[in-house]
Amino acid sequence: MKKSKVYTDAHSALHDLKDNMTLIVGGFGLCGIPENCIKALKDKGIKGLTCVSNNAGVDDFGLGILLHSHQIKKMISSYVGENATFEKQFMSGELEVELCPQGTLAERIRAGGAGIAGFYTPTGVGTLVAQGKEIKNFDGREYVLEKGIVGDFALIKAWKGDTFGNLIYRKTARNFNPMAATAGKTTVVEVEELVEIGALDPENIHTPGVYVQRIFQGKNYEKRIEQRTLRKD
Amino acid sequence: MPLNREQIAQRIAQEVQEGYVVNLGIGIPTLVANYIPSTKNVMLQSENGLLGIGPFPTEKEIDADLINAGKQTVTAAIGASYFSSADSFAMIRGGHIDLTVLGAMEVDETGSIANWMVPGKMVKGMGGAMDLVAGARNVIVAMQHADKDGNSKLRKKCTLPLTGVRCIKKIVSDFGVIDITPEGFVLREYAPDMTPEKVLAATEGQMRIASDVKPMSI
Repeated sequence: MKKSKVYTDAHSALHDLKDNMTLIVGGFGLCGIPENCIKALKDKGIKGLTCVSNNAGVDDFGLGILLHSHQIKKMISSYVGENATFEKQFMSGELEVELCPQGTLAERIRAGGAGIAGFYTPTGVGTLVAQGKEIKNFDGREYVLEKGIVGDFALIKAWKGDTFGNLIYRKTARNFNPMAATAGKTTVVEVEELVEIGALDPENIHTPGVYVQRIFQGKNYEKRIEQRTLRKD
Repeated sequence: MPLNREQIAQRIAQEVQEGYVVNLGIGIPTLVANYIPSTKNVMLQSENGLLGIGPFPTEKEIDADLINAGKQTVTAAIGASYFSSADSFAMIRGGHIDLTVLGAMEVDETGSIANWMVPGKMVKGMGGAMDLVAGARNVIVAMQHADKDGNSKLRKKCTLPLTGVRCIKKIVSDFGVIDITPEGFVLREYAPDMTPEKVLAATEGQMRIASDVKPMSI
């Protein structure tokens, strides 16, 4: 009998996460980010991290928290605006950044989790992104070779999950989480609601539990909003 | 008078056809949504993972788990669906989006576009722009025709790092509507109070005036 996937909190679920590891972190902006895991990494003082994440949070929230405490060595992202700490560390050379088109990043993570070493995409052909990479012509159009990504850990936020690790995401908080969940050697998931196996409808599972090694019910979700935009009427 | 931002958006909305699936970028492109009549049954796609963007929420409806690609709170339209960012870009790259509208710093006469990076300045990243220009069946650029100093942004060749090569079909600038053809820019319409000659004079790249050129109607 395999031991349970259920952990009590982020600290215990990340007990063997070490310095200089590569993490794939779910979320888009501040939406659907693993808030509990990020706070735990800050508390543990893990350093030298490479974070694969579409964005880098804002100054005092999301991955911005770990940038602020100089725990991140390298970011692989598609868009990193909205963050003055990031800008300062990037300009000074302290922080290494690999910019990757958003769709290519999503697909690189998907490929990593699916055992695909690389794929050819039309995105970025003829731009700086394609420099130094193999270009191949298929049926008269050029494509660039991009590699899959696998992380030592993947840190995921889902809405509901069961004790086997089956996951359901909520609205656009799904974003990068389903691919990221497949691409961690160890995938750690925090959920708003942890339920018993069998409580979720198999028709509605977004991420099958096979991808998940550890799961815990998170707490104190802040779910900060970056651009609070309201209708006038 | 050259067009203002709202008028550029209004003119682009005329290009949106019945039943289209459209991705609107940040800035002027976002405004296009305000001018698409609801009778056209258009679905707006947001690349983080939403097909069917609804209006901004009321205070009561606001939901941190429901945002658009500009990280603004939104609602979901009737018939909307949520999906992962990988699925979202499969839609985009796979040519399933009918029209993409985005902004640009420069477009050249071959249809190449630069809109993500100015060397020496802080680089924020390309986000989904490179995927969108590589994948959408039709890309329209909303832009200012000239910079603050009056230099044309419709270039012979882009000077800034590219976002995509030979991918833009149409520009709606504050000066006019310009198609991009194998022979370079073709002026189709000009802004009220402009003349085709004035637009030509303000354009660095190769530009021809269409034989049926007309003033824009908005």
